[in-house]
Amino acid sequence: MSYTPHTEDEIREMLARIGVSSTAELFANIPGSLRSRAELKLAPALDERALLRHMRGAAAQNRTVNNETSFLGAGAYHHFIPAAVGALAGRGEFTTAYTPYQAEISQGTLQAIFEFQSMICQLTGLDVANASLYDGASSIGEAALMAMRATRRRKICVSAGLHPHWLQVLRTYVEGIGTEIEILPLGDDGRTQACAPDEQVAAVILQSPNFRGCIEDVAAFSLAAHDSGALMVLGTSEALSLALLKSPGELGVDIACGEAQSFGVPLSFGGPYVGYMASVKKLVRQLPGRLIGQTVDAEGHRAFVLTLTTREQHIRREKATSNICTNQGLMMLRATIFLALLGKRGLRRMAEMNLSLSSYARSRFEAAGLHLIHSAPTFNEFVVEVPGLEQKLERCREQAIQPGTPLGDFETGAADHLLVCVTEMNSREEIDRLVRELAA
Amino acid sequence: MSTPGRSGLVFEEPLLFERSRPGRKGVSLDDAGVPAIDPIEALGADLVREEIPNFPELSEFDVVRHFTRISQWNYGIDTGFFPLGSCTMKYNPKVNEAMADLPGICDVHPMAPDADVQGFLALAHELENALAEIAGLDHVTLQPAAGAQGEFLGMRMVQAYHRANSEPQRTRVLIPDTAHGTNPASAALNGMEVVEVECDEDGVLHPEMLEPLLDERLSALMLTNPNTLGLFEPHVERLSEMVHAAGGLVYMDGANMNALMGAAKPGHMGVDVMHFNLHKTFSTPHGGGGPGSGPVAVRDILAPYLPVPVVRREGEGEGEGDRYVLDRDLPHTIGRIHGFLGNAGIWIRALAYIRTLGAEGLEELTERAVLNANYLLSELRQDYDVPHDQRVMHECVLTDKRQHDHGVTTADIAKRLMDYGFHPPTIYFPLVVSGALMIEPTETESLETLDGFVSAMRAIAREAETSPEKVTNAPQRPVVRRLDEVLAARKPRLRWTPE
Repeated sequence: MSYTPHTEDEIREMLARIGVSSTAELFANIPGSLRSRAELKLAPALDERALLRHMRGAAAQNRTVNNETSFLGAGAYHHFIPAAVGALAGRGEFTTAYTPYQAEISQGTLQAIFEFQSMICQLTGLDVANASLYDGASSIGEAALMAMRATRRRKICVSAGLHPHWLQVLRTYVEGIGTEIEILPLGDDGRTQACAPDEQVAAVILQSPNFRGCIEDVAAFSLAAHDSGALMVLGTSEALSLALLKSPGELGVDIACGEAQSFGVPLSFGGPYVGYMASVKKLVRQLPGRLIGQTVDAEGHRAFVLTLTTREQHIRREKATSNICTNQGLMMLRATIFLALLGKRGLRRMAEMNLSLSSYARSRFEAAGLHLIHSAPTFNEFVVEVPGLEQKLERCREQAIQPGTPLGDFETGAADHLLVCVTEMNSREEIDRLVRELAA
Repeated sequence: MSTPGRSGLVFEEPLLFERSRPGRKGVSLDDAGVPAIDPIEALGADLVREEIPNFPELSEFDVVRHFTRISQWNYGIDTGFFPLGSCTMKYNPKVNEAMADLPGICDVHPMAPDADVQGFLALAHELENALAEIAGLDHVTLQPAAGAQGEFLGMRMVQAYHRANSEPQRTRVLIPDTAHGTNPASAALNGMEVVEVECDEDGVLHPEMLEPLLDERLSALMLTNPNTLGLFEPHVERLSEMVHAAGGLVYMDGANMNALMGAAKPGHMGVDVMHFNLHKTFSTPHGGGGPGSGPVAVRDILAPYLPVPVVRREGEGEGEGDRYVLDRDLPHTIGRIHGFLGNAGIWIRALAYIRTLGAEGLEELTERAVLNANYLLSELRQDYDVPHDQRVMHECVLTDKRQHDHGVTTADIAKRLMDYGFHPPTIYFPLVVSGALMIEPTETESLETLDGFVSAMRAIAREAETSPEKVTNAPQRPVVRRLDEVLAARKPRLRWTPE
């Protein structure tokens, strides 16, 4: 296969116009010692049919949320995606456009981002939002850096309820510059234990619902953070919960961030996803990533443009707010289309379905004599204790059920703890089967 | 005027919020099939929010028409020529998209046990191997979500290496002024000290310029090769030797790998660590700013610091077929840079590209990318100033020097190109060239497209001499005219609010 259009005649003509006799001459600046060792040893090229066979063959070896019954969550969520999301986001005018540096011919992308920013502000109850970040995990890292810039402090307090992968990414983001990290433990109820940050602390970072599915008392932490001059950062891995739970803004949060994969982005083995970030207005110049603003053109028409770019890497280089030079444009677009389709009532309805179905699952587990570990309220995820979990997992596998995420992989002493996620994609019958298999 | 387009009907389209009508809905969600729970009863009034004020209410058709209309205000590579230097906008083959959408690819959960995702791990391993071969290096991690995140990760590993070797004082990173803009920020974010090295008049780095900077503080040289002037760094082998002799490592920004595949391998140049931009070199669509993917390749010495988990192949030759596991137990790992394993959907697109082209195809695309760039340079040098007039790799840099005398700037030329139906090149970058126009045609553009672009550029050069106001008043044809960027920055309106 080849995607280059040149005919032999054209190549000859072009070389003649350049004034060289061969293509090799164009590479004269590369030392011969390098050129001679450049040969690539790759598998032979496949035509499109053979490629399809190869990829389908590999894909067939994967278990998916569609060929088995899945209760997996833990930071990635199986939600309904209306067909219109893919159809619209897949338009070549969107997929094959570049970063909208040239605003006059990028108004489609720019308006979509402006709409995304607006809806993230509405969902989070905050003043400003950016054009998206790589993923939820990096949004926490960026929020920590942002809080340290804004407060000029070097320590952060992080809940043990933060997704363990996100905590690892956070460490990667801040360890190079010697940031001190204090971990706030979880209580038996599954919520983070209260803290009293000292005056070194730049940010108190909480996740709600947290990794164990528990909804935190965020407002109390906001008060404690603000008392010490720290910023309150709230991460959310299940963005659908924003449709139902008090918004971060109402809870005194300064920076709300997280993962918006739930909004129309396929699971795709973990990426590409879409991180979001919103903040109170006074932090706008510390906000990393792109911002789109409204303005007018030379004839007075409303138009949109990248703005406040002096915060960005391409202006101040090593003094930049962050090194981000991209956003998750296509995933951001999917989220925008998804939110527009579900709208005010659809989004709330989906969130309530998640609450109802997971509440039903909780009650069935309890009725079957299985212990729900935490007493704190939950949204669509919760932890259940399953004695002999390892054998049960094997049995479920044979029944084509993926019962959830075993927490023993992440924490000591949690060998029988299973994180179960129930969404609108699960039916009552599936839940009943899951409970039967785990209780048996 | 001869252009690849003519004006058609362009629709007005309000914001989603302005299209919204109370009571409209775009999706039906049936009964959950279980007793409905009252959120306030279940969670308490303290936790539950009121309905979201002014959130959109639209029919499905409203949404379809809205996004179809605004898509038409966009210029994409499927629409026309995108000569964006250093951004590499080439054709995105449709088969790549189809592969990423396959059942068994797009619907795989990242928390599924390793045994249940063997196919995905096999594909990841296959891509890692192909990238390692192209790099001429030993190991690859696919985790970084973008090139800049790859840079950050690469420098983080360099830092971990020096610390593990009890040389924490090695914090200085030497970065030529012809490097990509994110490089200094990626080093600085790791707490490293950035030292900019000026390139010579010939646009490349010479050994003697590095000499005075090689001391016990040296952490790494961070080189973009080919650099942002489109030039191959001809002294790279010697530069690497010097850096290594002084105890430092060599990082290569591999954003421009479409100029090197089959022509030279970074591993042979002495490079220890580099990142790829899958969305540039391997044609995955960039979607108005992302997603990208920025895998990092390293020499053996940096393998202990790779992010976890690492894909490993087991059971080779045991008759049971291959088995892949995710190794999470690397004692010296720098940790993790992505919430899961990376932008897996982008890997699939890149792998599809590599598999359909093979070694010969990749070599051919490198040749054609370089051919197209040199062709454009040789045609355009008649009308535009060329600051470093020599053989280029996959991109070339012009300036507005000749047009400036008539009051026409690079920005004006860029805007005028829109009227001729072309996306403008990258402008005012690299920073080392005043009024730069950085042009990268890529290998997938045909001779007639390049000639059309040359004609437009020549016409603009002529207009600059005879009727400069035509250029300074551009663009006239896109959906909006030139924007008031100062207003946007001075009075930021970053979200819609009801009037």
